Formats: sequence, structure tokens, C-alpha cells
Amino acid sequence: MDIIRIPLGDWIESGLTWLTSEYSIVTRGISRFTQTGIDVLNSALFWLPEWALLGLIALLCWRLGGVRLAIGAIAGLALIWNLGLWEPMIETLTLVVFATLVAVVIAMPVGIAAALSEKLYRLIMPILDFMQTMPAFVYLIPAIPFFGIGSVSAIFATVIFSMPPAIRFTTLGIRQVPVELIEAADAYGANRTQKLFKVQLPLSLPTVMAGINQTIMLALSMVVIAAMIGADGLGSEVWRAIQRLRPGDGFEAGIAVVILAMLLDRLTQSLRKTRR
Amino acid sequence: MDETRNVKIKVRGLSKVFGKQPKKALELRDQGLKRPEILEKTGQTLGLSNISFDVYEGELLVIMGLSGSGKSTLIRCLNRLIDTTEGDIIIDDENIPTLSEKALLECRRRHFSMVFQNFALFPHRTVQKNVEFGLEIRGVDPAERYKIAHETLTQVGLEGWEDAYPNQLSGGMQQRVGLARALANDASVLLLDEAFSALDPLIRKDMQQELLELQSRMQKTTVFITHDLDEALNIGDRIVLLKDGEVVQIGTPEDILTNPADDYVRRFIEGVDRSRILTAESAMRPVRTTARESDGPRTALHRMREHSIDSIYVTDRDRNLLGLLEVDSASQAMEQGADTITDYLTQDFRKVPPEEPLHNLFAMFSEKGFPIAVIDEQERLLGVVVKGAVLDQLARAGEK
Repeated sequence: MDIIRIPLGDWIESGLTWLTSEYSIVTRGISRFTQTGIDVLNSALFWLPEWALLGLIALLCWRLGGVRLAIGAIAGLALIWNLGLWEPMIETLTLVVFATLVAVVIAMPVGIAAALSEKLYRLIMPILDFMQTMPAFVYLIPAIPFFGIGSVSAIFATVIFSMPPAIRFTTLGIRQVPVELIEAADAYGANRTQKLFKVQLPLSLPTVMAGINQTIMLALSMVVIAAMIGADGLGSEVWRAIQRLRPGDGFEAGIAVVILAMLLDRLTQSLRKTRR
Repeated sequence: MDETRNVKIKVRGLSKVFGKQPKKALELRDQGLKRPEILEKTGQTLGLSNISFDVYEGELLVIMGLSGSGKSTLIRCLNRLIDTTEGDIIIDDENIPTLSEKALLECRRRHFSMVFQNFALFPHRTVQKNVEFGLEIRGVDPAERYKIAHETLTQVGLEGWEDAYPNQLSGGMQQRVGLARALANDASVLLLDEAFSALDPLIRKDMQQELLELQSRMQKTTVFITHDLDEALNIGDRIVLLKDGEVVQIGTPEDILTNPADDYVRRFIEGVDRSRILTAESAMRPVRTTARESDGPRTALHRMREHSIDSIYVTDRDRNLLGLLEVDSASQAMEQGADTITDYLTQDFRKVPPEEPLHNLFAMFSEKGFPIAVIDEQERLLGVVVKGAVLDQLARAGEK
């Protein structure tokens, strides 16, 4: 006996087509906004000569993380410059920074809301599981009809893939504020807003920062995948090396990604420590 | 009891059931069932049952009971950190269980300050900012709350620690911050939830002493929770004894020691080390007032007059006992225009450690009848024993 196959794929496709045609104004708006953001950030970073930007980043590393981090940053960035990968590195940095910003702006309120409402928490957690475990490639497919080939689609997919830890950690951070401190705030007559901004958020900040760190790392891990739909940057260098079967070029670009990842990781971690 | 005193908080028929069907549990309670049976039949825990008592304006009321007696629940019902199931808690014509959320916030801000067992200081705020917390919540402007917090910290002996974080302080100091946070708020009622239980015994004694001094100075209505009978007897003006969520006895420490309401209370006070009762400490009274070494004769005289005494113990900043100032010497000092009183002190008095047996004390009273000073190893003044108290204690021991 034949069992009717559930046409799940068809439903999703028709849903997406409907979304694309009905909400083209929205997607076009998002597209334009994102593209402008990327362009502004890119041109700002390209406007600075290489040595100046390198110096600025080293200074930032020194202030936040100390001398060792600064030396590491100089060595790593100088290597990237030397390999001729400066331009794709900047494009990748822009992509990661922009995607992280968008992810955090969405994740913070959602995470806070999920921490404060048990119902919302139960609704959001499975969605997060879905977002995180769905293979990232899959997001690329609808991204193209929504936003076309290029950086905007890449950012869309990156945001979806990298946002869950920021939400999770925000929720976790707020939920693990000790009960007696909440009780103390209540006992002195603090209202919800006061409790949130004077007690819950400041105390969850280290955890929130850990979440943001995770988001950055995930965003960076998306760059190669994003290159498949035409995003510029180090990912596209890797992608080109794959297509031309040139392991040397591939590793050079790959090492540049690693350097960038380590730099961003250490920077955000030191930010977390200084905040304590 | 004392009908002339103003009632600050009136608690009537207060019950609290933990669980989803409180009505059922209360019905069974009304049929005369006790906590364990109700739990077995309904799965509901009867936390508090039909509690009624008054808190008088300016008194230090101790609510005492063992763990599980419901004392922590009771104190949290007072400011509604826990919602009550039935009964009234009336403070200045407001019935706390019926207040709207907004009115409740207002009520908490105006009426209640709280000190917690594990301090519950905000780790991300400095000592200063912790003490400012209540004022900040109430919207007092920054300059004003800075000033108040600073003064309060000085009052609890923490000047110079304003910029420290709580984790840099010892337990005793942390609880001083907790106390300062509560005092700075100037709410009308101070709630202390096992405030000194997490401190080690010596510091605990000091804190009790300090609380009593603050209390005699500020006359703040205070509800103090403890599981420690010694502590309750030491600091309470009156004691409410709880057992299994019910009031067993309400009375002054003397009432409870001399007329225990039932076998439970009797067994309880037998737990108090009898030998300790018959020491200097047992008859010791907190020092109502002392003079500082830096005080001038005028101040010292003023204090004596205020408390109708004719001699006053003089201590330094750390409460180390320096000597005794008699009223005559103080007048003399004033006539001679002396700036301080340190040159007019007498050492003609007796001092004993707290564990000194009572019957030894009897022979020590000089004909002038100065109270005997009780001091610790560091020569700090813990309290005084007056003649009457020794007699009283000895007489009571004789009855047993």
C-alpha cells in the first residue's frame, strides 16, 4: 500500500515564493539598508591606509588585552598584508562585524524576554535548536530569492546561523542571577525596569559577552560558505582555490581566517574580563 | 500587654499554603488537621497557620523558631516577597495582601528595609553604591543619596571602604554594608532575616551589640528573625516563638524563660546552657550609652542626664574601655574648662569577662554601686551588670 508522501518541501517552497513576491518591498528595504551599511563600513576601513588601520587595531589590543595581544595582532595582520590578502580580510571583517551587530541587536531583547517569561522561553528554545542545527547551506537557498546574489544574502544567512548563542547566553545570564539578589531588589521596591537595568543586566554581562564572542566565531565560520553565494572576502579566496585546485592559495586564505578569528576572540574575551 | 504603645504592624489570621489548592489545605486545617496530615492528604504544605501578633512602634521584635517553623516565610509575607493565602497585615492603615502591584512597590519603598542572611549585596556595585540602592530606587537625587550613604557607612564603622567591592570585605563587614543599605533607606520598619547567622560567634556578638546601640539611638521598629534562642533572648524586646507554622508563645525574654507556655517552649529553653545563664553575661545589659574619649565634659554630662545615670563608661573608637567618668568629675572638668574628659577618669570600678560566675559578682559592687563592666579579651566593653540584675538572676536560679 502506498503511503502518501507529505509534500513538506512543496509547502515550504510555495511559502517562500509567496513571501518573496508579497514582501518584496520589505526584502528590498532590508537589502538596501544592509548594502549601504556594508558599503559605508567597507569604505571607511579601506579609506585608512593599511599601516594606520594595523596601528589602530594594535592600539586597541594593547589597551584591552595587553602587550602580548598587541604584538600578536601586529604580527598576524602584517602577515595577511604581506600575503596580499588585506582587501579580502577587510571585506570579511566588515561582514562579520555587521552580521554580529545585527545578530546582537535582535538577540538582546529576545534573550531578555525569554529570560523573563517562561512561556516565551519554551517557545524560543526549540526555534533556536532549529536555527543552529539546520545545515547552514540551507539558509543560502532562500536567501538568494530574497536578496539576490551577494553580501546581503551572506549576511542574512550568517545572522540566522550565528544569533542563537547570543540569545541563549543572554537568557542564561539573566536566569542565573542569584535569587537572593532579585529578592533584595524586590524588597527595596524596585520595579521591573529598575530590576532589569540595575541588577539583572549588569550581573549577566559577562555571560552575555561570552555569547557575543560565540556569535562572532560562528559568523566567521560562515565566511567560506557565504562565498558560495557571492560574498566577497577571504571565503571567496578559499572558494577560488578549491575550484582551481590550488592548496597553497587555499591555506594562505585559511590562515588569514584563523588569524582574524583569534584576534576577534581574544579581543572580545579581554573585553569581558575588563568589565568584571 | 502594653496597651499604650502604638501598633506599627498588625498581623491577623495570617496563613500561607504552598501548593496549587490552598483552599483545600485550609479546610483540613479548620477541621483540626496538622501540617504532616495535610501534606499527606493534599500534597499542600501549610507554611503558616493563623498567625496573629502586633509589632509595636520602636520595638525590636524577634521571631524565633527552628528551621521549618515558617519564620523565613513569615518575614517575607510582611513585605509580600511571598504572597499570603489568607489574613491581614496592616501597616499604617494599608492592608499589604490586598495592595495593587504599584501600591505594593510604593509600600515597600516607604515602609520596609531588609537585611539578608547571606548579605545579598550586589557584587557589581561598590559599597557606596550598594548602600545607595534603596534611595536610587526611590529616585532620591544623586548628591543627596551620596551624602546619606556616606553618613550611614560612617555610622556602621565603614568609612574609607566606600569604593571597595563586596567581595573584598570580610563577612562581618559585608553584613555592616547590608545593615547600612537598610538604614540609609530610612524606611519605617527594619526586617532582619537571620542577619547574623552566617557570621562567626565573636563578630555575631559584636553585631548584636551594635544593633542594640543603633536601636536605642534610633528607636526603629525592627523585626528580627533567628533560630538561636540566645540571640533572641539577648536582643529581643519581645519574642514570637514559632513552631510548625504556628505561634507557640509571645512575650518578653523574661516571660519566656520564667513562664514557658508549653512543653515545647520548656524543652527549648532547657537547651539554653544553664551555666551560661548564671554568668556575668546572663545578667549583663547592653550599655545604654557610653562616652567617647574625644567627647568634652559637656557632652558626657548631657548623656548622663539623658539616661538618668550618675557615671558613664568611656571608650575609644574601637570600644576599648578607658575608664569611668563620675558626674562630679565631669562637672569639675567643665568648670576647669577642659576640652576632653580623659584626665578625669577613675579606674575605681570592677571589670569581668563575660564567663565570670554570677555569685562572684555580688561581692564586687563597691559602696558607690557603679555597674560592673563586662569586657572581652581585647578590653572592649560588651555590657554592664547592675546590682539588681544579679539578684534577679540568682533568685530565678533558686526557683529551679
